[in-house]
Amino acid sequence: MTVPLLRIEHLEVRYGDLIGVSDVSLDVPEGSVVALLGSNGGGKTTVLNAIAGLIPLHAGSIEFRGQPIGGRRAFSIVREGLALAPEGWRLFVQQSVENNLKLGATPLHDKRRVTALLERVYDIFPRLAERRNQRAGTMSGGERQMLAVGRALMSDPKLLMLDEPSLGLAPAVVEAMYDTFGRLHREGLTILLAEQSIELALEVSDSATVLQVGKSVLSGKAGDLANDPQVQKAYLGIG
Amino acid sequence: MSSTLLQVIAGGLLLGAVYALFSSGLTLVWGMMNIVNFAHGDFVMLGMYVAFVVWTLFGAGPWAGAPLAVLVLATLGVTVYFTLIRGIMKGPMLAQILGTFGLALLLRYSVFWWFGANFSSLPENLVGGTLEFWGLRIQASRLLAGVVALAVTLALHFLLTRTALGSKMLAVAEDETAAQLMGIRPDTMQAIAWAIAAGATGLAGALIATFFYIVPTVGETLGIVAFVTVSLGGFGSVPGALVAGLLIGVIESLSAYLIGAVYKDMVVYALFLGFLWFRPQGLMGRA
Repeated sequence: MTVPLLRIEHLEVRYGDLIGVSDVSLDVPEGSVVALLGSNGGGKTTVLNAIAGLIPLHAGSIEFRGQPIGGRRAFSIVREGLALAPEGWRLFVQQSVENNLKLGATPLHDKRRVTALLERVYDIFPRLAERRNQRAGTMSGGERQMLAVGRALMSDPKLLMLDEPSLGLAPAVVEAMYDTFGRLHREGLTILLAEQSIELALEVSDSATVLQVGKSVLSGKAGDLANDPQVQKAYLGIG
Repeated sequence: MSSTLLQVIAGGLLLGAVYALFSSGLTLVWGMMNIVNFAHGDFVMLGMYVAFVVWTLFGAGPWAGAPLAVLVLATLGVTVYFTLIRGIMKGPMLAQILGTFGLALLLRYSVFWWFGANFSSLPENLVGGTLEFWGLRIQASRLLAGVVALAVTLALHFLLTRTALGSKMLAVAEDETAAQLMGIRPDTMQAIAWAIAAGATGLAGALIATFFYIVPTVGETLGIVAFVTVSLGGFGSVPGALVAGLLIGVIESLSAYLIGAVYKDMVVYALFLGFLWFRPQGLMGRA
């Protein structure tokens, strides 16, 4: 069996005395979309932040392309090809849309690729092209989500991590966003998607892992999980 | 009378540009990492002494003194960032205030110990004599200082708003965590900010050394000027520091001329306090 692009084994993260996640394992095979499911407070954001290097691991391991990356700081991890569109977008609201995108390209070694990547992002999100000179802080929620995803794409990542991309957005906007994820998937991008809405996530993903109070309790193919009563139970917290 | 008044205003603008230059360093460091550097005025003082030493050793004026002062102070700025600032940033606000205040005293009294408390000065005609145009008589040294200071302050603004480096620095200022997700090392950007801020003070010090009194405690006065300029212009705003610096320079020299040199500081601070009453966020700061 080939090594998955990303492998997490028995991940444990603590915030001081509080336990963020206690035992999470999951694989993300190259070219797939993997959903990280679970109710609010289940630990989805913690897992993504730990992978991105924003918070240290307490125990367990994170391997990217067979190399351990756990314990490295965020600015060096993104250079390996893992980009995170974080919870709450975290845009540089004082700067222009285009500056935000160019900042996303910082990890690239070859700066000549920036123009081509910028064109690609503008092709995926034409709205961003229209607003390229506007300050990021003046945009709507949907546009901010587009910018967060576009900014993550600017580093030309091998793995794109999305933290709750549907949060707080109108249904039509969410649908368009998920169409975009489908397109990226077809173009060969590997995606790890944290999402609270099961139906949404399972629609685009190949497989999924369900988190419950900081533990991965269920993993499987998206199609199987969609009909599994255990998933519902895990959400309700009676599993 | 009007030509004298014009002359006073021109002199104020030229000195104000230098105020703007060293104040923009203070505002940059504040904007980047919310650190108030109480040693900022003493950095300017060090720049003056570098220019003084260059003159006494080599007989050279600001042409040689200014670049060297920039180099020395930028190095000092980076050193201070890595040895002191990074440590105290993790501590409480009081540690940050006392830390840079302690640095100010250390620098001030080290210079005291080495050079003594005497006033030193550079020969007035080091840069050139007095120029005359449109009926105004302006010392060449003041003209040089004002013009260079204005150009460098504008260049700093350009760097922050129009270059990739500036964009990265502003990104760190706005959200350090998000900047890390972009592959930006926050401490590299902060060290660069310290190099720029301290380098600007070095340049400002070397530029005014030809017409300002040089004494170890001059940093106290200049530090206060910088704080007033930055709070008047709005914390974190370089254009704000530029406008405020020019304004303070003009008000200072006008009140020195109209009321008396002894009262100029009083007038400036009275106006300043009055202004803050109405607009505490400064001219270009955000509320």
